[in-house]
Amino acid sequence: MQFFVEVLVGGLLAGLMYSLVALGFVLIYKASGVFNFAQGSLVLFAALAFVTILEHGAPFWLAFLATLGLGLGLAIAIERVALRPLVNRPPMTLFMATLGLSFVIEGLAQTLFGAQVHGLDLGIEDVPMNVLGVSLSKLDLFAAGTAGALVWVLAILFNRTRVGLSLRAVADDPLAALAIGVDLRRVWTVVWAVSGVVGLVAGLLWGARLGVQFSLSLIVLKALPVLIIGGLESIPGTIVGGLIIGATEKLAEVYLGPAVGGGIENWFPYLLALAFLLAKPNGLFGEAAVERA
Amino acid sequence: MIGRLQPLTLGANRASRMLAPDSRVRALSWLALFALAFFVVPLVGNDYLFSAVLIPFLVLSLAGLGLNILTGYTGQLSLGSAAFMAVGAFATYNFQLRVPGLPLLVSITLGGVCASLMGVLFGLPSLRIKGFYLIVSTLAAQFFVEWALTKFSWFSHGSSSGVITAPRLQVLGWDFGSPTGRYLLTLAIVGVLTGIAANLVRSKTGRNWMAVRDREVAARVIGIPILRTKMQAFAVSSFYCGVAGALWAFAYLGTVEPHGFDLDRSFQILFIVIIGGLGSLPGAFLGAAFIVLVPILLDNLAATFLVGIVEPGHLENLQKILFGSLIVFFLIKEPEGIARWVQCARQRISLWPLEH
Repeated sequence: MQFFVEVLVGGLLAGLMYSLVALGFVLIYKASGVFNFAQGSLVLFAALAFVTILEHGAPFWLAFLATLGLGLGLAIAIERVALRPLVNRPPMTLFMATLGLSFVIEGLAQTLFGAQVHGLDLGIEDVPMNVLGVSLSKLDLFAAGTAGALVWVLAILFNRTRVGLSLRAVADDPLAALAIGVDLRRVWTVVWAVSGVVGLVAGLLWGARLGVQFSLSLIVLKALPVLIIGGLESIPGTIVGGLIIGATEKLAEVYLGPAVGGGIENWFPYLLALAFLLAKPNGLFGEAAVERA
Repeated sequence: MIGRLQPLTLGANRASRMLAPDSRVRALSWLALFALAFFVVPLVGNDYLFSAVLIPFLVLSLAGLGLNILTGYTGQLSLGSAAFMAVGAFATYNFQLRVPGLPLLVSITLGGVCASLMGVLFGLPSLRIKGFYLIVSTLAAQFFVEWALTKFSWFSHGSSSGVITAPRLQVLGWDFGSPTGRYLLTLAIVGVLTGIAANLVRSKTGRNWMAVRDREVAARVIGIPILRTKMQAFAVSSFYCGVAGALWAFAYLGTVEPHGFDLDRSFQILFIVIIGGLGSLPGAFLGAAFIVLVPILLDNLAATFLVGIVEPGHLENLQKILFGSLIVFFLIKEPEGIARWVQCARQRISLWPLEH
């Protein structure tokens, strides 16, 4: 039982790390209907930039601000150069464009900052300690806290501010939003900027966990099932999806893995997401698509 | 979903078709091209041309055709093409290995059938899951197949890392092991399958695919069986990918491991289809030519002009940036891909010199 709880808690905390990445997706999808595959490479770019600036002797806060600036700039540039000309195109075209973008950003990040693995020390220990009989690390708790805080802040942003109101209006019906005078371009810029920030936060935490390296951009593949289970439009859904995926993935690896030879965490979340989708085709908290002939 | 994109054979330019050569002339010119590739190219080509350019080009074209049937014609996005290629390759290998005396072509066909069954299995969720949610299904296929082929050494006859080696390429007692032989074998298979695909997309099946792509609800209303149509698309598409996988493994590489069919390969095939032209069969060939030739060209350019300036690692990154930008460029400027350019050029030529 003790062991079960430990695996479960470890999984739940890992799941929150996935939620961090998934959040960036949801923001953009909600406001512009773009399924942004490049989110993972944004995470990689931010982490690489941060580490490189830090290694050149800049203090922590300066590196953070500089990376924030870079991330914001990149996100806004993407929106301007690639996605604005694609307005009103079918969603699949938009998705494929972001797939192309992820190649550009990955190539760019590695050309600018090199391809070697960097260590990243946030000053938070990633050493297991014993909390109520379960081993946790400070980084785990910090990441969980950050994910929770981010969701909370974003929920306030979306539900209580004027910008958030226009974001939701755009998400609901871009044409109607335009008609009542919402500045569509400004809204999209804001959304991309915010998702750039979310990407930075995710990049730092993941970088501290795994080291900053190319494989960071692959966590997008971990975040996908999370996103799908939670629903593409739901911010709280990312947390719920993350918890479900994180917990079941670890439990499956520990209890089912040995029976089939291990290494199943690559595909298990996808099968799980598929099973969820068959029951609820729009995710747990997603909006049902209305089909008209 | 890709409602805006129309295949070349549909009404997009009905007026120009009346002026352009009719379809029989077109079919004959395709046959002539095929004959040229079959009889003349082997006489003038060298081993490098066959092994490094033409064979991968043909195989990737075939995979592109497969994905185009699913994504370009039926509107179902797939990120699992490489998984179906892997199934085709490993199934063919096992048929050759475990059924003594089974002719190579039969094995390849059966390999394609296995891939096709896999495709139907992972395509079934498409009946209930729409849009982006569907990529979960094909990604599940991608990761599951790669994992299973690496994990269970039965598939690779006990090889611990899942590496398989080509059987002897023999058809009716003729040996196709030489570069020229492998080229001819690939060309013949790809030629036949392309002919079938060209017929298929013009048949009722093909029209049903396009109807489902353009508006599924409307397709259902006019009585198109959605289940059968989608499953046909998944089956045919995966069959093509499976055969392409077998050829990739045995005619092109000779030795292959499951990781040779990873997600990047799936993306590569998707890029072929996007660059070449969604919903266009010649597009798959144009896209594949592009994907195969551009890296070679870049390498040569770098070797001549940038010696010592750009490291090999950087070159790979530059290539990534270039391909990524091209994808975005094509999607913005020419969503119908290179195929559309070719079509425009042909129209110009056929109207020359009285363009207006």
